[in-house]
Amino acid sequence: MSLQREPAMTVERGGLSALEIAQGVTGQKISALGVTEATLARIAKHNPVLNAFTDVTADRARARARAIDAAVAAGQNAGPLAGVPFAVKNLFDVQGLSTRAGSKINRDLKPSPRDAALIQRMEAAGAVLVGALNMGEYAYDFTGENVHDGASRNPHDVTRMTGGSSGGSGSAVGGDLVPLALGSDTNGSIRVPASFCGTFGLKPTYGRLSRAGSFPFVFSFDHLGPFARSVSDLALAYDVMQGPDPDDAACTTRPAEPVTPLLAQDIGGLRIAIAGGHFQNSVFPEATEAVARVAKALGTTRTVEIPEAARARAAAYVITTSEGASLHLDRLRKRPNDFDPAVRDRLLAGAMIPAPLIDRAQKFRRWYRARALEMFQSVDVIIAPATPCVAPKIGQVTFVLDGVELPVRANIGIHTQPISFIGLPVVAVPVPLEPLPIGVQIIAAPWREDIALRVAFALERAGVASAPSPRGF
Amino acid sequence: MTTETSDPLDNYIDAVSKALALRVEDAWKPAVKANLEVSLRLARLVDEFVLSDETEPASVFAA
Repeated sequence: MSLQREPAMTVERGGLSALEIAQGVTGQKISALGVTEATLARIAKHNPVLNAFTDVTADRARARARAIDAAVAAGQNAGPLAGVPFAVKNLFDVQGLSTRAGSKINRDLKPSPRDAALIQRMEAAGAVLVGALNMGEYAYDFTGENVHDGASRNPHDVTRMTGGSSGGSGSAVGGDLVPLALGSDTNGSIRVPASFCGTFGLKPTYGRLSRAGSFPFVFSFDHLGPFARSVSDLALAYDVMQGPDPDDAACTTRPAEPVTPLLAQDIGGLRIAIAGGHFQNSVFPEATEAVARVAKALGTTRTVEIPEAARARAAAYVITTSEGASLHLDRLRKRPNDFDPAVRDRLLAGAMIPAPLIDRAQKFRRWYRARALEMFQSVDVIIAPATPCVAPKIGQVTFVLDGVELPVRANIGIHTQPISFIGLPVVAVPVPLEPLPIGVQIIAAPWREDIALRVAFALERAGVASAPSPRGF
Repeated sequence: MTTETSDPLDNYIDAVSKALALRVEDAWKPAVKANLEVSLRLARLVDEFVLSDETEPASVFAA
């Protein structure tokens, strides 16, 4: 893709990659303001259909872009993301906006006095925030549907779900409105929309990236991470967001461990296996096909079974619903009619789980984590489906699998929950099947995002993983 | 006493919602009950897994 391309062309033909934009802006081949205007025009043109953005911060973005262009003109280093537009799930604090977290209730909050930590880090690296993105209410969602803001729509077929809860993030990147977006993942909320919308997504190790200035859901599972259309862009965003943060009690004190310089390293020595058992149950043929393509490209036929993964998913469910209920208890008391009724009823039920059962789920989590870590002594990477199926239709309640009718909502995250439950790093890679893409999880041991990203990069180079061009709108 | 309120889970929902000062309107009860049944079924799956007394919970705390 030519860096000389005029911004107007990017509106017509889709965005440049983050890397191309940063190189173009730094080399003064294109301007940050031109890229920003092109992005804002593309959002204005397509968001009425995709419903990915709930807020567009146009004035702020233009001011930021002008400052970057001025810095470049003055010979200053504008950062590795110079002029790169990005957007964030609307549970990130954005200065001047109420952090709605997909809800009606939070719109009454005072505007945030400052940006979330990760927005600050992205902008310190030169990126330009262009807006906030649609999401499922309070992140308790796998569909991308929202009764207050309407469903975000899949860029490959707008009658289909984006997946959630970071639905707007998947739609905005999958639809090529922005090259980068940030989302959150408690039980799969980055990996599910990445799968349905055909993007790369990174759920880092629990504690790797600061959550300061984001609206929580389940403290012991909440992660933040990036969406991108290439592994290089994903790694670039991840690298600039790393580093300790005392404002997040769970954030690691480990120094940043940049991955970008390592992406092209040979993966021949890595021990790679396919997840068996739970991860091969309840899947549609497209999920099996996607995993098979990835496994073939990586030259592996070995299968490993993560012990008690189905029980891990059950424990994750219990902890999620009870911690979520605790978080929202006062809102449930005071404003129950202002919730999405489906979310309210799940949270009310979550408040009623007896305490010993929650404690046992947390104890089981410790046991399960120990077994998983033992497994990583003999394997470096595990591959598994990100979702059991391609994107269902918006509003679809059930699907039929092996002759059995199952609820869609409850089954979308069955393969992501056992992984985030113990905080393992995962890259969701898009496999561009026809007519719809589907994701595969590349799972590594804690703190080894570098390995997962190297494998994803190799799959991208081999042509097995790629973000398909949007064609649904 | 109606059939509905004779179900122990209905009685449990009534009792816990009172103890927590949570309003559960009659119209919401079927959905709350359905969700609670799923949660308890999954919780039982965890509960029946035998763990040693020394197994420490994994919830996050740093002193």
